[in-house]
Amino acid sequence: MRTRLVTVLLAVIAAIMAIPAAAAADAPGGESLFGQIRVPGGERDEGVEGIDISVSQGDEEIGTATTDSRGEWEVEVPDAGDYRVVLDTATIPEEYELLERPAGAERDVTVRDGQPFAVVYRLAPPGEGAVEESPSASASEDEDDDAGGSGGEGEEAGEEGVIDAPAVSSGASFGERAVQLAVAGVIFGLIIAISSVGLSLIFGTTKMINFAHGDMVTFGAVVAMMFSTMTVFSSLHEVVENVPVLNLVANPLILATAVAVIGGGLLGLLLERFLWRPLRRRHVALIQMFIVTIGVSLILRHALLIVFGASRSKYEQFRIQEPIDLGPFSITPRDLGILVIAVVVLVAVASMLQFTRIGKAMRAVADNRDLAESSGIDVNRVTLYVWGMGGALSALGGVLLGLNQTVYWQMGFHLLLLMFAGVILGGLGTAYGAMVGGLAIGLIAQLSTLWFSPQLMNAWALAIMIVVLLVRPQGILGRRERVG
Amino acid sequence: MDFMNILAISLETAIGPITAIYVLAAIGLNLHFGYTGLLNFGQVGFMLVGAYGVAVCVTTFGLPLWVGFLVSVACATVLALLLGVPTLRLRADYLAIATIAVAEVLRLLYRAEFARPVTGGVYGRQSFADRFYDVNPIPSGSYGVGDVDFSANQLWVMLVTWGLAAVALLITLALMSSPWGRVIKGIREDEDAVRSLGKNVFVYKLQSLVLGGVFGGLAGAMIALNQQNITPDQFMPQVTFYLWAMLLLGGAATTWGPVIGPMVMWFLLTAFDESLRALSSAGVLEFIGNSEIGALRHAFVGVALLLLIVYRPQGLIGNRKEMLVNVK
Amino acid sequence: MSSDASGAAPGAPEGGAAVDRMAGVEAVPGVAKPDPILTADGVRRSFGGLTAVDVDHLEVQRGTITALIGPNGAGKSTLFNLLTGFDRVDAGTWSFQGRPLNRLGGHRVARLGMVRTFQLTKALTRMTVLDNMLLAAPGQSGERLLGAFARPVWGRQERVNRERALDLLQRFKLDAKKDDMAGSLSGGQRKLLEMARSLMVDPSMVMLDEPMAGVNPALVQSLLGHITALRDEGMTVLFVEHDMDVIMGISDWIVVLAEGRVIAEGRPADIRRNTQVIDAYLGAHRGEPAGAAGTEESG
Repeated sequence: MRTRLVTVLLAVIAAIMAIPAAAAADAPGGESLFGQIRVPGGERDEGVEGIDISVSQGDEEIGTATTDSRGEWEVEVPDAGDYRVVLDTATIPEEYELLERPAGAERDVTVRDGQPFAVVYRLAPPGEGAVEESPSASASEDEDDDAGGSGGEGEEAGEEGVIDAPAVSSGASFGERAVQLAVAGVIFGLIIAISSVGLSLIFGTTKMINFAHGDMVTFGAVVAMMFSTMTVFSSLHEVVENVPVLNLVANPLILATAVAVIGGGLLGLLLERFLWRPLRRRHVALIQMFIVTIGVSLILRHALLIVFGASRSKYEQFRIQEPIDLGPFSITPRDLGILVIAVVVLVAVASMLQFTRIGKAMRAVADNRDLAESSGIDVNRVTLYVWGMGGALSALGGVLLGLNQTVYWQMGFHLLLLMFAGVILGGLGTAYGAMVGGLAIGLIAQLSTLWFSPQLMNAWALAIMIVVLLVRPQGILGRRERVG
Repeated sequence: MDFMNILAISLETAIGPITAIYVLAAIGLNLHFGYTGLLNFGQVGFMLVGAYGVAVCVTTFGLPLWVGFLVSVACATVLALLLGVPTLRLRADYLAIATIAVAEVLRLLYRAEFARPVTGGVYGRQSFADRFYDVNPIPSGSYGVGDVDFSANQLWVMLVTWGLAAVALLITLALMSSPWGRVIKGIREDEDAVRSLGKNVFVYKLQSLVLGGVFGGLAGAMIALNQQNITPDQFMPQVTFYLWAMLLLGGAATTWGPVIGPMVMWFLLTAFDESLRALSSAGVLEFIGNSEIGALRHAFVGVALLLLIVYRPQGLIGNRKEMLVNVK
Repeated sequence: MSSDASGAAPGAPEGGAAVDRMAGVEAVPGVAKPDPILTADGVRRSFGGLTAVDVDHLEVQRGTITALIGPNGAGKSTLFNLLTGFDRVDAGTWSFQGRPLNRLGGHRVARLGMVRTFQLTKALTRMTVLDNMLLAAPGQSGERLLGAFARPVWGRQERVNRERALDLLQRFKLDAKKDDMAGSLSGGQRKLLEMARSLMVDPSMVMLDEPMAGVNPALVQSLLGHITALRDEGMTVLFVEHDMDVIMGISDWIVVLAEGRVIAEGRPADIRRNTQVIDAYLGAHRGEPAGAAGTEESG
């Protein structure tokens, strides 16, 4: 019965996913503004031809476009940034007029790195547009932003390629692309693994799902970003610029990363010491704790938004790089560095958990808190260390993710679900499970783009997680126990 | 700074269509979490399928509006079954992660390029609500007292949404005072105990998930009609978090909690926003721009959630005594 | 099998006719009983390589008090969970009143008349004592989603159930607490409530998982009285317990589990004499090292 249900579910999911993705010819890379102006009430490809649209930045005009026979238009823009889009209402055919919802002919938009941005203009038969322009409609429009719960995130549309589509030219053969994507997947997976070791251990030691973990990742990336641009660090670097090894060590970003990792660790320690431990003392139920983590996550994320702003940026250092050709695949020194650092750190963490006293204690507490406590382990101290380590690792994960992709205020939150997926895949509460699961999720996400649209790579990773929940709730490395 | 104006705008929001929509969704969430103890962190997914049920039926397939409503309910039911059948046997937090993941997967699917012929992709759907406003029985004009006023169309949306919320509330009330509700509350306390007494816990949880999900779906349908324009990206996970904050503010597992919570929260949020805006335009807080106001507002919700759990876990009207015996 | 009571071991409590009929039953593991209500065959369950339960054959006589004892980790609670449908067996069959129970969920088992309690009491804390009782009543039409709206129909049933619940509460001396939250009861009162609640289901067999654990000594006597009273009314009781005095004093039959297997069963007197039991359990119970018997798999 149960098996059959699962089979049916799988079939349903597969069917949903398998709806031809062939149409999804996304051109990753170029920043542009685009849209389609349709005949009101018409079919999807009945466009209105000949409407002029111009794009400007500040006082400078970037480009203009005229809608084609399908009503489509596109203006390439040089870079991510804020642009003003203006539709020339005089070029609208007389039988229509511009609907002033959701906004007028002039729009201010923010284009993100590598993201085409859709600008929606709608037409209506004359008269109707005016009706909707009544004060009531615009008043409710004002509230509509609120309904989405995204007041500060108006620029959300069109930015969803959260994880940058891998830069693999579509001309490459399937085999080459597979290898290249596998490499990208390993890197991405290692980043997820590093970030989520703490998440899993925190769950193990406190049975709490830390919703703020994603924002701890962002915290690391943002702190590193702020410190790497500090003049102290860059002047320090200038001093030793010509010394071979020191040159690299004193690189502002590396120093800033150290600061970020320490900061992340401190953040974890402080949260545990001054929030979670007192809450546990008050016997706050786990569900309530879970909701507090959501509260912390909202605070942290939006504090970072205020401090850092809504823009995406990349670290100054290690930005432009020539890929090194390594036989079957090529890799930039930056990504190679991420790979090496990630592997080294994960091996170090694993050896610490395996061989040191505190590491063994961490695993023991994560495995069974009561048993560990009764055998004389200071559970509170171990939990504190777990939070410190988790915070530090997630901060490091954030820096690596920022290096690999871009730094923005929601990067960790967008990574969070993938981290959950990895942790569940590997087995909630086990550190090694998080490593294996994270790696698997990274690979799945990237390799799915071999066949499917990059838009759906997160969906695939999450779908895999759901499937794992169905067939093996304890995860790959989790011990079989009664979870149901 | 015009206090009366801020007050009026805040009041307007607190009884307006958006609040009514959140009340409806929160009643569903209250059934899930407050009464049954289900950690549904994907209520926004129900709202998404509800909203698209109406929008897609009307625009893509040209069906009448009432069919759209039926489809919304059907979609929410199917989603609840898809979510519940595999996860309701697992420990509670698995449901939490599964629901939030499924809601997010749905959003990604609805906005995906291949779904564009049906859902409109990132552009979403527009122009499906005309029939709804055509049957508006309220003569056009502006209605209200003092600075608080609504247009005929807004009133019409409010009437329908608050009506739906009232029906949902009555259904919940009737159910929770029946033996069915007793089993549901028992499941929240300890599902093994209830199972040992011969009740099919799984079926009850599934029924609760479906019913609460349908309320969420109807709320989504009303979002679509109210805005006359929907895109997948307005159904971000934050919406669910807002609902949770509102429900906890009002008081989970109480009849009026999911009504009071959203009203108070929207009042406070709007007052917060408007005051900051007024201050910033008056030059007092010049450094605060519009985006900062949005961010501050979200952080404010975070602080509210945190303080509520710590200092008033039972919410505004919850029973403190009931919360205290919850120590297991 | 005669119904001659003279063979009953000295010290065994006075029981009903069903106990008398056990007189000729030999005290060997897996022995057949004259009128078994519960029969288990080859029931096995292992957790990651560790065999928790491996019972070849076990019968429980109808209308008796049967105790299940064994050292920590012997698999008593696991066996309880398996028999009542709260865990899944790896292999084996078992039947209750002639009906096979394999693959039935916990609620189905309860509906067939085998109701269990839990080692850690599961009082529904944020509900009143009376609601705890009413919840347990079987076959309520108002428990169905649509039936819930037909208040006149379930209202009548509710009144009958209320009467019965109040009677039971009175019997367990909880009637004064009927409107209190169950969470406000003491540990012993919760045990009583749980027992009363299980009777609300109208079972023919109750399975009590450590009914005396954590109960204040003053209440133990009253609990014991309730248990024997149940037996005297014709109900079958199977219970897990640690306190040897309690077990020896109240049980008609004792089954000893060690490392998941039935190593002995018999009347209290037989068990006292059984050297295997003394080695495997009583020794360990007194704190002497008794090999690997379970201590390693606990937790």
